[in-house]
Amino acid sequence: MRSVPKHLEVSIWRGDSAGGYFEDFQVPAQKNQTILDVVSWIQQNEDATLSYRYACRVGMCGSCAMMVNGVPRWTCRTHVNKAMKGNRLEVAPLRNMPVIKDLATDMDVFFDKWVKAEGVHHPSKTREDVIEPITGDNIERAKANAGIECINCAVCYAACDTVRGNPNYLGPAALQRAWTVYNDVKDAGKRAVLAAVSGRDGCHNCHTQGSCTLYCPNDLDPMGAIAGLKRATIAAAFKKEVG
Amino acid sequence: MLNLRLYLVQRMSAMIMAPLVLGHIVVMIYANRGGLSTGEILGRTQGSVFWATYYGVFVAVVSLHAAIGLRVILAETTGLKGPALGVFTWGFCLATLLLGGHAVWAVVAP
Amino acid sequence: MIQPHRKHPLWFAHILHRLSGLALALFVPVHFFVLSKAVTNPAALDGFLHWAESPLVKLAEFGLVFLLAVHIFGGLRLLALEFLPWSGPRKTLAAGAVAAGFLISVTFLLRAI
Repeated sequence: MRSVPKHLEVSIWRGDSAGGYFEDFQVPAQKNQTILDVVSWIQQNEDATLSYRYACRVGMCGSCAMMVNGVPRWTCRTHVNKAMKGNRLEVAPLRNMPVIKDLATDMDVFFDKWVKAEGVHHPSKTREDVIEPITGDNIERAKANAGIECINCAVCYAACDTVRGNPNYLGPAALQRAWTVYNDVKDAGKRAVLAAVSGRDGCHNCHTQGSCTLYCPNDLDPMGAIAGLKRATIAAAFKKEVG
Repeated sequence: MLNLRLYLVQRMSAMIMAPLVLGHIVVMIYANRGGLSTGEILGRTQGSVFWATYYGVFVAVVSLHAAIGLRVILAETTGLKGPALGVFTWGFCLATLLLGGHAVWAVVAP
Repeated sequence: MIQPHRKHPLWFAHILHRLSGLALALFVPVHFFVLSKAVTNPAALDGFLHWAESPLVKLAEFGLVFLLAVHIFGGLRLLALEFLPWSGPRKTLAAGAVAAGFLISVTFLLRAI
């Protein structure tokens, strides 16, 4: 058995969009605690002004992601032992998004890109029509299924260095949503999706670095979804439907 | 940065170049034994339609591929965009094309 | 210093592809310029080829062949990942591309010396 240290040495990023610094705290170690537990303990016992974001605490809502020792993680489902280096934790706001305060980032741009990528439903029926049954053995349905468990946590977006190099790049989450919508049998906007992801800041900028797929807490594969979009846009370009 | 068209050019040029480059590597390994001389190179290439086509296609395609590759690196590392990025891309492409065309002419002209 | 989130095989494969591509893109115009000397100034090309016999230049040539080989196999890996309906990172493919690059460039070096 590994001996449990009495305290964790925790550095928390403090500041706003203008800049900031790391502040050190000592947090009592528990046998079982998550990164979010550590951050909450500091806010409740050391500094009530510490800002951070969370809601469900069970990996459903996607609001608590942060950089932990330089790697993006969902903090409510990450055990301290999984992320700790020695006895140290460094917790910072997610990369690639402006900081509002301390550990809370402004995710507006991230969500705006979902709409820019046409990652929205384009209805093909009205409420008057009967509901069309889609069975589980439908190939498109299987492809769409691969991406629907996305919780919008922005871990992939924070991990992506193509976003880093081009802040307008739509990013892995929005493009994976676009791929899911594209494969939705009931969606009437396939051409709109392909046109939206084929622009200057679209899916073709992806360098297949794979950080999105590696760090996705739900084991989704945005890199594979983007490859799917690349193939679909090329096929459409040869049919003169896009480009 | 890459839109669908530039991406297509980049991937298609890669597919055309792949067999040509593999062939070039084989020729390099074969020809380089015991050193190279101008006479040796010219003896193999001068007046050859095959080598003229081979390296002519390579020059055309590599000019596009290298220019688009540098464009992406430049855009992502320096933030350059707009007309300046286009001027760089097509300027580099044209310069490489001219230098390459001259080189092919130099080694295959009878 | 490499940032922690970048320390994984596919990112290393990416940076290798980018740096080798950058070096090759800068080398290719120079290569063309030297070759064009074959007609305009054969003596200069022979002088250059003679200079290219020195061990240090041979080593640099080995480096160039390695960059070329690793870029082409890395590129074939990317084409496969993008155009074949595969999923997942395929780390073995990235390792294989680097291995093939080494194999070819070492063959070149052994033949050249």
